Amino acid sequence: MLYREAGQFKTSYAADQAIFPILQDRLALVVLLAAAFIGVPLAANEYWLSTIFVPFLCYALAALGLNLLTGYAGQVSLGTGGFMAVGAFSAYKLATAFPGLHIVLVLLIAGLIAAAVGILFGIPSLRIKGLYLAVATLAAQFFLIWLFNRVPWFTNYSSSGVISAPPRAVFGHIFVTGPEAQPVGKYLFALTVVALLALAAKNMARSATGRAWMAIRDMDIAAEIIGIRPLSTKLLAFALSSFYIGIAGALWAFVYTGSVEPLAFDIDRSFQILFMVIIGGLGSILGAFLGAAFIVLLPILLINVPSLVGLNINVTTVTNLQFIIFGSLIVFFLIAEPNGLARLWQIGKEKLRQWPFPY
Amino acid sequence: MHFLYSITIDPFAQIIAAPDFFLEVLVGGLLTGVMYSLVALGFVLIYKASGVFNFAQGTMVLFAALTFVGLIELKLPIWLAAVLTMAVMTAFAFAVERLVLRPLVNQAEIILFMSTIGIGFVLEGLGQMLWGGDVHTLDIGLPSGPIKLGFITISKFDLVAAVVAGLLVTVLAIFFQRTRIGRALRAVADDHQAALSVGISLKQIWVIVWTTSGLVALVAGIMWGTSLGVQFSLTLVALKALPVLILGGFTSVPGAIVGGLIVGAVEKIGEVFWGPALGGAIEDWLAYMLALVFLLFRPQGLFGERIIERV
Repeated sequence: MLYREAGQFKTSYAADQAIFPILQDRLALVVLLAAAFIGVPLAANEYWLSTIFVPFLCYALAALGLNLLTGYAGQVSLGTGGFMAVGAFSAYKLATAFPGLHIVLVLLIAGLIAAAVGILFGIPSLRIKGLYLAVATLAAQFFLIWLFNRVPWFTNYSSSGVISAPPRAVFGHIFVTGPEAQPVGKYLFALTVVALLALAAKNMARSATGRAWMAIRDMDIAAEIIGIRPLSTKLLAFALSSFYIGIAGALWAFVYTGSVEPLAFDIDRSFQILFMVIIGGLGSILGAFLGAAFIVLLPILLINVPSLVGLNINVTTVTNLQFIIFGSLIVFFLIAEPNGLARLWQIGKEKLRQWPFPY
Repeated sequence: MHFLYSITIDPFAQIIAAPDFFLEVLVGGLLTGVMYSLVALGFVLIYKASGVFNFAQGTMVLFAALTFVGLIELKLPIWLAAVLTMAVMTAFAFAVERLVLRPLVNQAEIILFMSTIGIGFVLEGLGQMLWGGDVHTLDIGLPSGPIKLGFITISKFDLVAAVVAGLLVTVLAIFFQRTRIGRALRAVADDHQAALSVGISLKQIWVIVWTTSGLVALVAGIMWGTSLGVQFSLTLVALKALPVLILGGFTSVPGAIVGGLIVGAVEKIGEVFWGPALGGAIEDWLAYMLALVFLLFRPQGLFGERIIERV
């Protein structure tokens, strides 16, 4: 009854091409953004901001990047962790080599470097696809992590191999990285970056670029026949995806943890982000956020449930149980809704449109 | 200049200077490769019959080894422990078929792939909950220590592993080529629908291949467990089996063996002769890089079926 587009007429091309053509969706988005930008900083305490919201934003951005590649362009990648590491370490090198460089520029250039590396490792996708490609991208994962572990130049010859983000501020005095940064500032900075990049991704996905990706995904030979160049389309997907993932890695190192070692971006991270994309929904911007929220919140929930219910189980059992429940939930979700949480949301909206008089 | 010298000329100079050492490294690498092949075999069996890329193979190796070791530590005789572990792996195969594969029939490859990662998580948690997360040593009386063959020295255990792998492949080859079930498996691998239409039960076949690969996992687990100890890092060995698969082709049993030998040899030679110049531990990625470069020229692997695309 509330969610219905009856009476909303589109009278201009601009209105027809709007991202959210339905008024209720636009209102919901405004409310959501207001809650994220104003509500969360006011309501959440420092612990929540720095251990749940900021990592959620980093994960969501990485999942968004992987979703462009895997969900839209159909190229499965297991090298996400490696590309995140490229972003993190190039941001570190940039920030330490050029102390005057603004943090936003640092992030952008780090993203561009990650994009270049992504193109390099995307070249095999022109010959191979599917699971063969997935295994080939593991080469990127293992090689890049090895590189950052073994070449001391990347860590500025730090003996422990750990990099620490130098302090940087926006608008002159609001520190977003370094020891003086407040969780609220970090959160708002990460949120702004993620929101802008998500908007760009949404527009990319619904423009000619995104349509070319989807054509390649659905059947690459047919796409080639209708005039889409596989070379440039696939490599563009790799480049943009790595750009997003690189920035996510840089945010991870600079804003979330503050100091990071290459091991933080190992193969498990790649799988974790792939899970987010699949559980959230392949080929959906919203899905990346839902998947990230799910994967971030689930372990926290699983850790806290036993103590909330009053059960007293020892820690190792809880960890093992966590593995079992996590694995079962993944299988359950894949069986129940292979198209992910985003699809559930869509079904919910369809139902809402007909409520209370479904035909 | 020095760096260029140390990666282009120096390794070859070393090889020429000490050919028997090179041979020793090569044989050592080939024998390690055999161990990779053992894990890769399990992948190939399942991929051939059901098109599922079973990422849980590594965890299956760990789980089988953990169960086996756990039962031995309960003072059971070795043969009984082996039989019981096989029974557990069979039960696991039934559970996977019933709870995961059947509801996911006809889904995309990537969904099935992800579901096996889920299975891996469950198995990992279950194995560690039942048998604990400590490192178990496994000793079932396999020979160890060095042996001199001609002018090179190799480990007796590696030789045993090679013999075991050889036996396993022979048995599997006979099973696939000569038995009724083997023919049914090959039929399913060729074409699911055609196999269904001549009355082959897919469900049965799936249980059989998962059981078989469970048994292969047990053998691999015993061999790896003996050499490394039964511990969590066994699952990482499975990751090494992936470049083996790429080199050999996802669908070829002999490919798994040849791929394993190539990966093992290249990895060891690279590490010993090129590793020091590049900063060490290049074993971590050399196999993947090899696979990546190889794929550019032969996307289907050495023995894989030619990829033909139709619109």
